[in-house]
Amino acid sequence: MEHYHMNLTLKVWRQKNSKEQGKLETYQVKDISSEMSFLEMFDVLNEQLIVEGKEPIAFDHDCREGICGMCSMYINGQAHGPWQQNTTCQLHMRAFKDGDTITVEPWRSKAFPVLKDLVVNRSAFDRIIQAGGYISVNTGNAVDANAIPIDKKDADDAFMAAACIGCGACVATCKNGSAMLFVGAKVSQLALLPQGGPERESRVLNMVAQMDKEGFGNCTNTYACEAECPKGISVSNIARLNSEYLKAGLTTETK
Amino acid sequence: MAFTGLFLILFLIVHASINACIFLNDGGQTFNEMAHFMSHNWIMRFLEIGLFAGLITHIIQGLMLWNQNKNARPVQYAYSQPNKNSKWYSRSMALLGTLLLLFLIMHLSHFYVGTKVALYAKGDAPHNLFEEMKEVFSINWIVALYVAGVIALFWHLYHGFQSAFQSLGINHKKYTPMLKTIGLGYAIIICLLFALMPISMFLGCIK
Repeated sequence: MEHYHMNLTLKVWRQKNSKEQGKLETYQVKDISSEMSFLEMFDVLNEQLIVEGKEPIAFDHDCREGICGMCSMYINGQAHGPWQQNTTCQLHMRAFKDGDTITVEPWRSKAFPVLKDLVVNRSAFDRIIQAGGYISVNTGNAVDANAIPIDKKDADDAFMAAACIGCGACVATCKNGSAMLFVGAKVSQLALLPQGGPERESRVLNMVAQMDKEGFGNCTNTYACEAECPKGISVSNIARLNSEYLKAGLTTETK
Repeated sequence: MAFTGLFLILFLIVHASINACIFLNDGGQTFNEMAHFMSHNWIMRFLEIGLFAGLITHIIQGLMLWNQNKNARPVQYAYSQPNKNSKWYSRSMALLGTLLLLFLIMHLSHFYVGTKVALYAKGDAPHNLFEEMKEVFSINWIVALYVAGVIALFWHLYHGFQSAFQSLGINHKKYTPMLKTIGLGYAIIICLLFALMPISMFLGCIK
């Protein structure tokens, strides 16, 4: 692949804290290598801002290898930027060309308040997991992982759902700010396996109740979440969530 | 939304089938007989209450959905490219629904009100619905509005049909592609039938 350098105009959301109003600020970066990652380009910009005596831009990142779900950024109108099934940290500058203007905004959702600049608080997801996204296991000797026979297809589907890294791109992308893909994946990965059986009904009811409490919107099946998900989580998980919820709601005695 | 939507989808089959009687081109005789049955048979009158209940519930659910979803994103993106990840009609169900509601007000004032006035205010006076249709569909801009309404209906049904099954928890490797095709076929047939009614009357193909 051809290696080239580029000059770019960046429009980045700057916001001091969760209380104050933010706005888009324009920055110029020069001589950016096409082999840099998007976050490395941000590192260059931040170095530049520090030298100029300005406040560097706050953004979330951790593993920088596309598996942790920490990086966010709504780049040029798309969650995690223009590439498919890709996180912001794995987006590389060869996706852009010399002279491009790139707009970078934080995830926009009532449930994900902006903490600073491009950093949002995604603890709403943690509270949904706490509401039921786990299995209860008695302490004692570790059980042999292969002791319970599991249908290959169910194991595969559970694994596909478990690929969700909880980055929140689904919420950021959805025109309704809905978290159904995330919750669908988290309910599915356990509903498909025998280990998830005992708490199956209370899990889905409690997780959906928490999701609604956090202020996420509702699913209207535009399937934008699936298209933008860095892990390619399928919307069939949303259908499974719906059917689990309907079944649990109809058959359990809890209100 | 899914339950009431599917209910209204079923209603449209009945509506389109009965109205398709005008295509028999028998001077509206069969159609008027059907219309008389629908407006006088007590079982049909009873089902009519259910229809309005379903329609109103669908509208209220839609408004609640729209309101909650609007609140879920208080600060909008300065720059967004939704066309990269979803279809315009899937994102425009509320807009299409509003257009359909406006259309429905016009539609009911054209045909529903007249039938009811004849039935109640004029003491079950004879009412020729077919002639009323011909009269309404002789005006070019009304025909244009009807065709526009049917176009909005097509996109609403095309998304709504498959979306209803997803909302009810049905997403299957084998059956979902089938359901999507059936939904497209349904939307095309229903909308083509409805669009041809005002057009063929306006052009004088149906006498």
